[in-house]
Amino acid sequence: MDKVDVIIAGGGLAGLSCAYELADSGMTVIVLERGDFSGSKNVTGGRIYVGPIRNYLPDLWKEAPLERHVTKEFITLLGEMNSTTLELYSDRFNRQPYPSYTILRAKFDRWLADLVSEKGVFVIPQKNVNDLIKDGEKIIGVKTEDEEIGSNCVVASDGILSFLAEKAGLRKPFQPQHFALGFKEVIALDSKAIEDRFRLGENEGAAQLFVGSLTRGVMGGGFLYTNQDSLSLGIVVGIESLNQREPREEVYKFLDEFKERPEIKNLIRGGEVVEYSAHLISEGGLHIKPKIYGDGILVTGDAAGLGLNMLVTVRGMEYAMVSGVLAGRAIKRAKEKNDFSASSLAYYEKLLNESFIIKEMNHFKNTLSILKNKRLFSKYPQAISNLFEKVMRVEENPKESLYKAISQGLRKEFFNLETFKDWLQFRKI
Amino acid sequence: MKITEKLALDAFKNDKETHIILDQKICHTCKERFCIYACPANLYALTEKEEMTVEFAGCLECGTCMTACVYGSVKWKYPKSGFGVQYRFG
Repeated sequence: MDKVDVIIAGGGLAGLSCAYELADSGMTVIVLERGDFSGSKNVTGGRIYVGPIRNYLPDLWKEAPLERHVTKEFITLLGEMNSTTLELYSDRFNRQPYPSYTILRAKFDRWLADLVSEKGVFVIPQKNVNDLIKDGEKIIGVKTEDEEIGSNCVVASDGILSFLAEKAGLRKPFQPQHFALGFKEVIALDSKAIEDRFRLGENEGAAQLFVGSLTRGVMGGGFLYTNQDSLSLGIVVGIESLNQREPREEVYKFLDEFKERPEIKNLIRGGEVVEYSAHLISEGGLHIKPKIYGDGILVTGDAAGLGLNMLVTVRGMEYAMVSGVLAGRAIKRAKEKNDFSASSLAYYEKLLNESFIIKEMNHFKNTLSILKNKRLFSKYPQAISNLFEKVMRVEENPKESLYKAISQGLRKEFFNLETFKDWLQFRKI
Repeated sequence: MKITEKLALDAFKNDKETHIILDQKICHTCKERFCIYACPANLYALTEKEEMTVEFAGCLECGTCMTACVYGSVKWKYPKSGFGVQYRFG
């Protein structure tokens, strides 16, 4: 059996960031990627917040094939027949270094894999890791379809479904309440049309989130991101909430119905759908975080359950990258001590706990319970849009005073015990 | 746009063997059919004989079906190396 220092299972953001950190360490490192190339199995909404990653990976961003830096944020509350949109523009979003970018993973991950390869790490595509090789409790290598490879340390960067963390006994089986399904279309559209429709300057981008009738009462929402010359348009739904929905409707239809909405139809007009993709998202937060280290193994990124839904911002990619870097640091230290036991590799958890990742996940650990509140996805978006519409509508009958219309609307929809309780809950976020 | 037309836009390299195996015994006792409603590629369907089938060739490899099926009927693994969906945008 051939042996290397480190086998990284999965060439996504976590695995490649770990490889990047280890590249100049003198260790032999291989990345095993199951797709034709890195990124070919990966999907995001998506947008990456570069701000928190810069300290960990300072040199990446000048050359990185990112799409547009996001200068505008839209939040749209969708009723059945109306919608209210809040738009935020900030000069601060439009100033270098830009805080966030839209991103397409097949492009970005492939570029990062090439970069890591240039630095001397072997990134091997079309290589599934099927199993772990154990010596008692200790992980001493991996099995692919055609060979066994030994290692001092395996890094399980095999994504949200992480069969390796499960095989290592670090993760519990899946439960629907801990996951959401995200699915989207990439719609090719001329960059000029994108900039005109969203009123953007060159290379500037927009991110739009939707909540309300589009998910038909199911926990979740919609998203739209402007890429350089395409739009990423999709929907996220909680799987447990979807399972419980009555009457039943196939989830893929939600996106078709969403695209028929005038709010969307006019934005994608003339665009051509070029890809349809789907991916799971962790919604369990710290409640389902697996054990992330063992004898001869570390778990990073989505595989480690590092993801966070903070309602208006959804996080995961920067957690993946930074956890990969931190795993790399822990491995370097283990190499110096020549000790890859669980107690030595536990240093990774210490680093992770001290980082913004676990601090944020701790801070927002109550969001999930708030997301279970169905009124958030049906009642409130509708009520707000109705009230706004009432204020704006002009009819033959004399119009009520503005004050009366608003106060009556508020009293009817919001001044009740239910809403008061929701408000108390909401303050936990 | 039909869902089959959407899937036709994706690049697939399909294996002869399926990577999704259903336990028909469990499927026979299931009333809710979570898989049918949750699969974003609409790959699950009941035959006339009430047997659950899954068209693995259009699988987007999200893993939603095995998560949604609370009865544990869906045995799902990754397609063999070099097979399955290959995203060009992601």
